[in-house]
Amino acid sequence: MTTTTQAAARLPIENPGQAYQRRKTTRGNFELYGWVFMRASGVVLLVLIFAHLFVNLVAGEGISAIDFGFVAGKWASPFWQVWDLVMLWLAMLHGTNGVRTIINDYAERDGLRMWLKIALYTAFVVVVTLGTLVIFTFDPCPPGAAADLLPSFCTT
Amino acid sequence: MSTTMQSPAATESTQSSAGGEVGAVPSFDVTLRIRRYNVETHGDEAYWEEFTVTAYGTDRLLDALHKVKWDVDGSLSFRRSCAHGVCGSDAMRINGRNRLACKVLLKDLNPDKPITVEPLKGLPVMKDLIVDMEPFFASYREIMPFLVTGGNEPTRERLQSAEQRERFDDTTKCILCAACTSSCPVFWTDGQYFGPAAIVNAHRFIFDSRDDGAAQRLEILNDKEGVWRCRTIFNCTEACPRGIQITKAIQEVKRAMITRAF
Repeated sequence: MTTTTQAAARLPIENPGQAYQRRKTTRGNFELYGWVFMRASGVVLLVLIFAHLFVNLVAGEGISAIDFGFVAGKWASPFWQVWDLVMLWLAMLHGTNGVRTIINDYAERDGLRMWLKIALYTAFVVVVTLGTLVIFTFDPCPPGAAADLLPSFCTT
Repeated sequence: MSTTMQSPAATESTQSSAGGEVGAVPSFDVTLRIRRYNVETHGDEAYWEEFTVTAYGTDRLLDALHKVKWDVDGSLSFRRSCAHGVCGSDAMRINGRNRLACKVLLKDLNPDKPITVEPLKGLPVMKDLIVDMEPFFASYREIMPFLVTGGNEPTRERLQSAEQRERFDDTTKCILCAACTSSCPVFWTDGQYFGPAAIVNAHRFIFDSRDDGAAQRLEILNDKEGVWRCRTIFNCTEACPRGIQITKAIQEVKRAMITRAF
């Protein structure tokens, strides 16, 4: 009995490097492009986001101007449609890639890694799809909606 | 304990036999809190053990470990070879930082508190402070740490200017002690990351004007587990007993890859 317990306990020492064996090589430019993208998109996002914040919260009447109408007004112009679309895509790609690397760095088990990434990529697809859809199809006065939910200018 | 390090007043210390010689080295008691692991006697559980030994102001941690092994408990196991900071055998986690036991003076470690001594983190422990270095050397071998050349062999030495030598001088200092790689949290996760030491040694050849294998080495390190996993947190630079600017070297390898790709 004692011998078997000891033998079992000694197993990891018999082949100590086992758990740390390097797996197959994973060469390629993906991580290189990812690294460059993070830096480039970070710089572009600085401009996009702070201009977005300024236009929405400070310029003109400031924060009190924000409502359905304000958003509809902005998205009537292709300029702001493209601006918000680029901002949405870059922010989502940048953020998703960042969380992906965090998962790679901190999730130790392959199974956990896989499930966290599935959740992450699902969230990415849902947010990007819905966001893109909203930017191009936003209608502040949907027909058939209850009048008390709509902004005032819809009825006039 | 209360003896001050600078005063020659060893007369006040507990050493009664030493007498009151001027310039005598002060002695003090120091407690080592050592992380031990011995499958043969204690099963598969690591445990802490404390040893208190008398040490001198000129003693290094390695001297205290020797005192424990030679006078107190011969079963304590650790690696050391030259004991002068050149062979890189006795890297260990001292008070939570990766250091060479032979280069750390006890008086610099605040001997008032127990000094924790652990095996290097992220490598499989074999016994006490001895870890299995194989995963570390596996990635070192992968980056081809040898001269790669083509063309005709010169009849004399391969000449190099002082400037060309200076380009990779810093990374020639590596002694392969694994203090950097085992201080890297990315390496701790699953041991798949090449690690700072492998990249430093690749850097040593990539920027060597006599070497022709740079493209191959960049290809090897342009891997999911290669340089792109570095998060530039500088743990490796802080841990290096040779003072190599490791994070800088990794960034230089990254830059070489980017200029090659675009």
